[in-house]
Amino acid sequence: MADELTNLIADLKETEALELVEKRLSAGGNPLDILAAARGGLEIVGKRFAANEYFIPDLVYSGEILRQVVKIVEPKLKGGHEMKRIGKVVFGTVAGDIHDIGKDIVVFMLDINGFEVHDLGIDIPAQAFVDKIKETGAPIVGLSGFLTLAFDAMKETIKAIEAAGLRDKVKIMIGGGQIDEEIRKYTGADAFGKDAIEAVKLAKQFLR
Amino acid sequence: MSEQKPWQKMTAEERLESRLRNFLNPKNANFESPEAQANYQGRVNRLIDAIQLKKKPDRIPVYPLLTFLPAHLAGITYKDAMYDYGKTMEAWRKYVYEYEPDAYAGPFLAISGKLLDIIQYKMYRWPGRGVSERAPYQCVEGEYMKAEEYDDLINDPSDFFLRIYLPRIIGGFAGFQKLRPFSEIIEITSLAQNLIYLGMPEVQETLETLIVAGKEAMAWLMELLSFEVEVRNRGFVSGAGGMSGAPFDVLGDTLRGTQAVMMDMYRRPEKILQAVERLVPIMIRRGVKGANATGNPMITLPLHKGADNFMSDAQFQKFYWPTLKKVILGLIEEGCIPMPFAEGSYNRRLQYLAELPAGKTAWFFDQTDMVKAKEVIGDRVCMIGNVPSSLMISAEPRKVEEYCQVLIDKVGKGGGFIMANGTALDEAKPENLRAMIEYTKKNGKYSQK
Repeated sequence: MADELTNLIADLKETEALELVEKRLSAGGNPLDILAAARGGLEIVGKRFAANEYFIPDLVYSGEILRQVVKIVEPKLKGGHEMKRIGKVVFGTVAGDIHDIGKDIVVFMLDINGFEVHDLGIDIPAQAFVDKIKETGAPIVGLSGFLTLAFDAMKETIKAIEAAGLRDKVKIMIGGGQIDEEIRKYTGADAFGKDAIEAVKLAKQFLR
Repeated sequence: MSEQKPWQKMTAEERLESRLRNFLNPKNANFESPEAQANYQGRVNRLIDAIQLKKKPDRIPVYPLLTFLPAHLAGITYKDAMYDYGKTMEAWRKYVYEYEPDAYAGPFLAISGKLLDIIQYKMYRWPGRGVSERAPYQCVEGEYMKAEEYDDLINDPSDFFLRIYLPRIIGGFAGFQKLRPFSEIIEITSLAQNLIYLGMPEVQETLETLIVAGKEAMAWLMELLSFEVEVRNRGFVSGAGGMSGAPFDVLGDTLRGTQAVMMDMYRRPEKILQAVERLVPIMIRRGVKGANATGNPMITLPLHKGADNFMSDAQFQKFYWPTLKKVILGLIEEGCIPMPFAEGSYNRRLQYLAELPAGKTAWFFDQTDMVKAKEVIGDRVCMIGNVPSSLMISAEPRKVEEYCQVLIDKVGKGGGFIMANGTALDEAKPENLRAMIEYTKKNGKYSQK
């Protein structure tokens, strides 16, 4: 049987979930356990999203609930509370494009699923991706883009990664409104994903 | 002479007929030649026949969707297209005359960068102003309307826009934060007290800015108008007589922002419902105004947040569809032809579209399964679409033609179809654009039995 807090978050009961967090903390509950239970709720949210039971608003809302849980719990934490990370990902919206809603959702889902995500932000030049890959040694790169100009920006970013001698050290996934298999081939990426769940699936495959 | 029935007394059908008569025979039209007039009317009829589902047109019409594509084809930057009106109009002329689409997307979507500069528009970044000169303008999302301001919007939208919202998103309106609601100007006795705010330095600065902005808006619209008149006189038809949209998108795109409106769906659902309801007449009026001004009844409604993945069916049914449907029906009531653009995919929304009266709307589909949609709603709505951007930009023309052939066979069957690409293009291979247009013209003919 899942924890009550896990279930409340999975069912997107914001008020009840936050009340329970407060109650557990004041009863001397372990903050790390509370966080683990909250993350468990997010895992269920992710599964429901993958099963088309939940949609983007639900996903975003669950992230907002978690953010508040962390805010309440954080002051009680002594030292690190970081979960164990399973792999590094460098992520960003490519040059010329300033869209971040899709990117933020993917970054959030990767984070929840245990990845250490280095989110560069929006309108990111190719060189910044190269530099970050070198700095972190991340084996996975995610390129996001909503506009059609992102097709060429992605292609150029991947070329720059290649020119830096890093292409065989990283797996590259792309995504965004108009991205499909045609564009995966065009850009030279390893894979493309239609949504955040696919991005997590791809990232996990890349680690194998 | 037959007596013209007053507009208020006309039925929706009579209003539509009246608008279509004017559309087909525009007042003050000065066609270059009888051939140009025949081409113009041929194109209008082709579009209207496809939309009304009463009879098959002579062939499938082609309507390429685009924003900056003509600038790209003409080799000018998007910055040029927003700042150098002469170059902009030249690029669009060249596009229309070279490619001869049945309906064209006009240069109004290029937007005047000069006007944005004067007015200090903050909600967007545009070429040379926050994004590269080769990138299109893009929205900067934000909570421009705060959660506690729902009632301000609902109680008095105009006042909320004038004194709160516009000053926030447009630097040139900043001084209007100092105003009091104009509805307070009630009696002669307190007139000076009411108007004193107009004397404040910040307000005066705003008024001065707006005078300059008004002149620039006028200059840009004159350019647009002379373009529209010229291409019409040469036989071409604009695909959009006006714009409207879904009330939920107004709230979610530019007022509350995506993130905030999604939270609101849980935290203050009743406020969303009141707000979208309040926006219905505003969105109907917006479309009708456009149709009245241009004489073209085809109203584009770009739809964003109702797509398959953006909300659940229950959320769509509660927050999105009821007021979108009211806007669509309201436009139909006024004799307009609503043409919603369903960005993303609408595979799970098709049953709602089937609620609409037959032959009154035309839907642009981006990534919706066209063949399935034809089965579900083909007898109710005209379908427009959907050659993928990826093919238009990166594939060989042969692939575009293959895609068009499938659409012609499966979706064009029996009429009710307009060939288009899936979403508005800033760029494409010229040979692919040509392939979509020419292939359809050649292979999209209907046998008239």
